[in-house]
Amino acid sequence: MATVTLRNLVKAYGSTEVLHAINLDVANGEFVVLVGPSGCGKSTTLRMIAGLEEVSAGEILIDDKVVNHLEPKQRNIAMVFQNYAIYPHLTVRKNIGFGLRTAKMSKADKDRRIEEVAAILSMTDYLERKPSQLSGGQRQRVAIGRAMVRDPTVFLFDEPLSNLDAQLRTQMRLEIKKLHQRVGNTIIFVTHDQVEAMTMADRIVIMKDGHIQQIGTPAEGFHKPANTFVAQFIGAPSMNMLDARWHGKRLHMAGEEMSVDLSLPEQSALTVGIRPDDLLVSDAPGVFSGTINVLEPLGAETLVYVDIGNGQEVIAKASGRQPPALGARVNLSLDPANMHLFDQTGKAIA
Amino acid sequence: MSDAEIKVSAEGLMRQTGTYKPPRDPMQIVRWTLLFMGAVVMVMPLVYMLSASMKYPHEMFEMNIIPREPTFENYALVLSDGRFLQWFVNSLIIAIATTVSAVFFDALVGYTLCKFDFRGRYIIFIAILSTLMIPTEMLVLPWYMMSLHFGWLDTYWGIMFPGLMTAFGTFLMKQFFETVPDDFLEAARIDGLNEFQIWWSVAMPLVTPALSALAIFIFLGNWTAFIWPLIVTTDQSLYTLPVGLTTFSVEQSVQWELIMTGAALATIPTLIVFLVFQRYIIRGVAMAGLKG
Repeated sequence: MATVTLRNLVKAYGSTEVLHAINLDVANGEFVVLVGPSGCGKSTTLRMIAGLEEVSAGEILIDDKVVNHLEPKQRNIAMVFQNYAIYPHLTVRKNIGFGLRTAKMSKADKDRRIEEVAAILSMTDYLERKPSQLSGGQRQRVAIGRAMVRDPTVFLFDEPLSNLDAQLRTQMRLEIKKLHQRVGNTIIFVTHDQVEAMTMADRIVIMKDGHIQQIGTPAEGFHKPANTFVAQFIGAPSMNMLDARWHGKRLHMAGEEMSVDLSLPEQSALTVGIRPDDLLVSDAPGVFSGTINVLEPLGAETLVYVDIGNGQEVIAKASGRQPPALGARVNLSLDPANMHLFDQTGKAIA
Repeated sequence: MSDAEIKVSAEGLMRQTGTYKPPRDPMQIVRWTLLFMGAVVMVMPLVYMLSASMKYPHEMFEMNIIPREPTFENYALVLSDGRFLQWFVNSLIIAIATTVSAVFFDALVGYTLCKFDFRGRYIIFIAILSTLMIPTEMLVLPWYMMSLHFGWLDTYWGIMFPGLMTAFGTFLMKQFFETVPDDFLEAARIDGLNEFQIWWSVAMPLVTPALSALAIFIFLGNWTAFIWPLIVTTDQSLYTLPVGLTTFSVEQSVQWELIMTGAALATIPTLIVFLVFQRYIIRGVAMAGLKG
């Protein structure tokens, strides 16, 4: 186990800077997920920690030791790649044992270690098979096994589940989480899937355009988003965003007004974020009313797309058992405490 | 029922009973004819070579394919001549050594040009490629001068050195290494392998079909090489098979039956290589998009 620290980490290709002074502290045994849309710099950050990309500026510390100029093999890390990167010409046994080729261990010790790892990953029966004879999930387990076998201090995962189908992804997500609970190593995991990030991480690091937008627990990211980007990126379906104005001690939005306890300058322009979970279809008069444009039944609940006038549409949640009818006029209720307020720059108003 | 409908239903019935034969495409007949003619042009010299190797000298210039008095005396004569075996061994040594060397260095240079980013990489690649445009006949003189000055005339090394690394092979391998995902190499780098180990243990096994195809091309090319071995050797004991066979023609006469017999025997290794590795040759030609 080890700590990982990034200090003002910069990556530039020529004159183009793609990662701008990243700062991050990963604690011993922590499971941190870097999440963000494509091109946000999460994989680049991971590859720099692995030593596969040169650091343009700043420092990477593993266990308080600067590793900027160390070769990947000297960093005692292991990495699982998106495409598994297991060697098609080698058996599962040889793939798992590949990382031990340069280890100063006896053959018996190496074999014992391979068997141990295979047992942890339930791959003992497949040790003599070639990767082509394995399913996607089993291949991913082999890739994880190869990472585990050297007993590294830090595990790096680069979107390892993105090639799996939805069911297998859920299963592997659980397995990786269990594995972390079992071995307790420090894990830095990269994904663009916010559900993966939310379900697995101790802390998530939300990134955009080479900047960290927020670092916090999944609950903090969901309930206390630092800005509109985080608010919309975390949570599915995405948070509703409505333009609003603070005027006469009341909040005016979408043609409606409501009384909220706020201390803002008069005529402040705001963005109000409301999670679809907090916007409930009800019979009683609510904050908004409108016509249902689209229904998306999800089983336990139904997503309702409601036209609330002025060309604005919001997503609300309704019962899955008794969903409202398409085209019906409905009221939407909201607890003002669940509203998220952002200033004109997109930053959250505390 | 219209004629068209009757025709359609009859065709359906024939399909059901399995007696339906699709109409012949006239273009297909043309294609097959051209293919047959091409095959005749390619195969006839081989057939004539085999036929001539079993003829007596007086029958040599008759165009009959099947000899009137077939004989294996020519084979006995050629095989009993110790020189033939020596030339055969020389050819084998040179073809194998050159193949091993060229495959090794072509793959190493191709990998380096493909997977490492360094200043001048593109210029080096273009320089190597540009040598493909120079015909062998033009290179013979500088090769000879080098051999003369370095004392390589009449040595195995002298015969082999121009083929120890090839521009074609370097280009071929570079293209194939493009298909090896970088993730494999990076995973090995993290696992602690050095760059040579990564090339040898990870990248090379992933391009085995290309290596096989390249090895076959180089082996066949060296096995049949004539001009350079002829120029660089004067000692008969160092002759390769194609060069040695020319000694069967003397000033007054050419012993065609012996030349044909030697040529037929020389074909055996290439036939074995082809039969064993033909799927690699076909795959290699298809993948490289180049003529073998």
